[in-house]
Amino acid sequence: MLAGMTANVVFGLLRAAVLVAALQAANGEIAEYGIAATNTYVWIGQGLLGFILLWGTNELAERVRSGDVVVDLYRPWHLQSALLAQDLGRGGYAFLTRLAPPMVFGMLLFPFQFPASPVQWPLFLVSAVIALVISFACRFLIDVSAFWLLDNRGLYGFWNVTSGLLCGLTVPVAFFPEWARDVLWMTPFPALMQAPIDVFLGHGDPVRTLLYQVFWAVALLAAGHLVLQRAVRRVVVQGG
Amino acid sequence: MIEVRELRREFKVATSKGLRRNYRTVTAVDGVTFDVAAGEAVGYVGPNGAGKSTTIKMLTGILVPTSGHVRVGDIDPSKQRRDLAKRIGVVFGQRSQLWWDLPLGDSFDLLRSIYRVSAEDYRRRLDECVELLGLQEFLITPVRQLSLGQRMRGEITAALLHAPELLVLDEPTIGLDLESKERLREFLADINTRRGTTLLLTTHDLDDIERLCPRLMVIDHGRVLADGPLEELRAEVTPDRELVIDLREPGPAPDVPGVTAVRSEANGLRHHLTFRRAETTAAQLITQVVRQVEVHDLAVVEPEIDDVIRKLYQRELDQDIRR
Repeated sequence: MLAGMTANVVFGLLRAAVLVAALQAANGEIAEYGIAATNTYVWIGQGLLGFILLWGTNELAERVRSGDVVVDLYRPWHLQSALLAQDLGRGGYAFLTRLAPPMVFGMLLFPFQFPASPVQWPLFLVSAVIALVISFACRFLIDVSAFWLLDNRGLYGFWNVTSGLLCGLTVPVAFFPEWARDVLWMTPFPALMQAPIDVFLGHGDPVRTLLYQVFWAVALLAAGHLVLQRAVRRVVVQGG
Repeated sequence: MIEVRELRREFKVATSKGLRRNYRTVTAVDGVTFDVAAGEAVGYVGPNGAGKSTTIKMLTGILVPTSGHVRVGDIDPSKQRRDLAKRIGVVFGQRSQLWWDLPLGDSFDLLRSIYRVSAEDYRRRLDECVELLGLQEFLITPVRQLSLGQRMRGEITAALLHAPELLVLDEPTIGLDLESKERLREFLADINTRRGTTLLLTTHDLDDIERLCPRLMVIDHGRVLADGPLEELRAEVTPDRELVIDLREPGPAPDVPGVTAVRSEANGLRHHLTFRRAETTAAQLITQVVRQVEVHDLAVVEPEIDDVIRKLYQRELDQDIRR
């Protein structure tokens, strides 16, 4: 926990330094991001990273691989809902240990852009929770692919490499060229990270951003449900 | 409780040769038919790869049959897996349903919520298991620190908290020491007779069967080879019984009609005689033997259950060859 928190803060320092240097080279502002907004963007991003658990643990896929998934399958529960509940519980803990500390750190020590209206605080929280649900839904889909692939580490690696760039963690989505921006906002990626940050910073219409997130949360959970159903129909449980 | 008709399950196995991938169909369960009445205790045995676990996975709804009919408590397992899960308990000797990093007691609490057991029922059932299985001392120990014997006692408790009508045990005593095995068997026999919980267990340990299961099903190559009380199978497959006599003085084996002297040991002090169980009783034979020779000690040896099963496999093998 402490290690995770420290890593988030150290990487936050690095990212803030790099982005601010880039801003100064571009006369202090790129696409709505001034010095304060950029620092805020970095510190919220560092907090969200651990909260939504963008880079998950692949635990379910490991259980599929070893065959232990039988135990999960014969319980009287909906596996996806049960795991979502578990992830939300983890989120509650991560809120205190992973989301709050980098944000507070940034607020205290860096120029910080606080929300213009107090309504943005609860909206940000809602948006962050939806982002967590979307992150879970994406990880679940990757996990369930193990029923077909058996070894899905390649897919997981691909996700780990690309998701950070596409969701607005590496640089704000607003920094992308216009065509790429338009394409990205048609995918669920910005809903993971850029959306809650936008809500906090007051970029764009928050209601629209939230609706966009809800759409992807529902769509991805539904996809996960269907894929799991198919997986169970064809399941070959490994080992005796 | 269980109704199985002509149950089949095939698997596609990929056989790669260079870049080409071919699929071969392997039949794990090949037309299995049986019934288990409520309250029975049935042993399901067979060598590795015989199709035992595959059958169990179909009974619990985890695996969809290729063809055939399965009903467990009037439920089609693969269609209503979740409804079924509330009514059955499953213990896999080689897997765990407990939470590795949580204390044993916390795992039970979680299961209570998952199975929606009322606090009152939960308390009563847990207390009973804690007492009978002696769990008290390690309820607060994380599961990862439990010994295998302790963990298995925990696993069985976990499977019983929702008072299932059927308890399926897949090699429950695997890897346990004699004392732990005995304790587990005693407990299982108790819940079978007292609560009327139906038991279906697979095992390689035939003492489990001898102690627990009045009925035995033997399966190999996906087919049921034999089904019936252990005694009947024994009589059917091994019609001979053995009488071992120790003489006071070394001498030749007594000559009784219908009895074969198989071998003698210790320079003629001990003789092994076999006789047909259908033709003579042990009592008749002993009377005749003591008339002829002076007997120091004697014992009637029943064929070991291993022998019974080995012979069943052998018989099947011979039939396969003849076919």
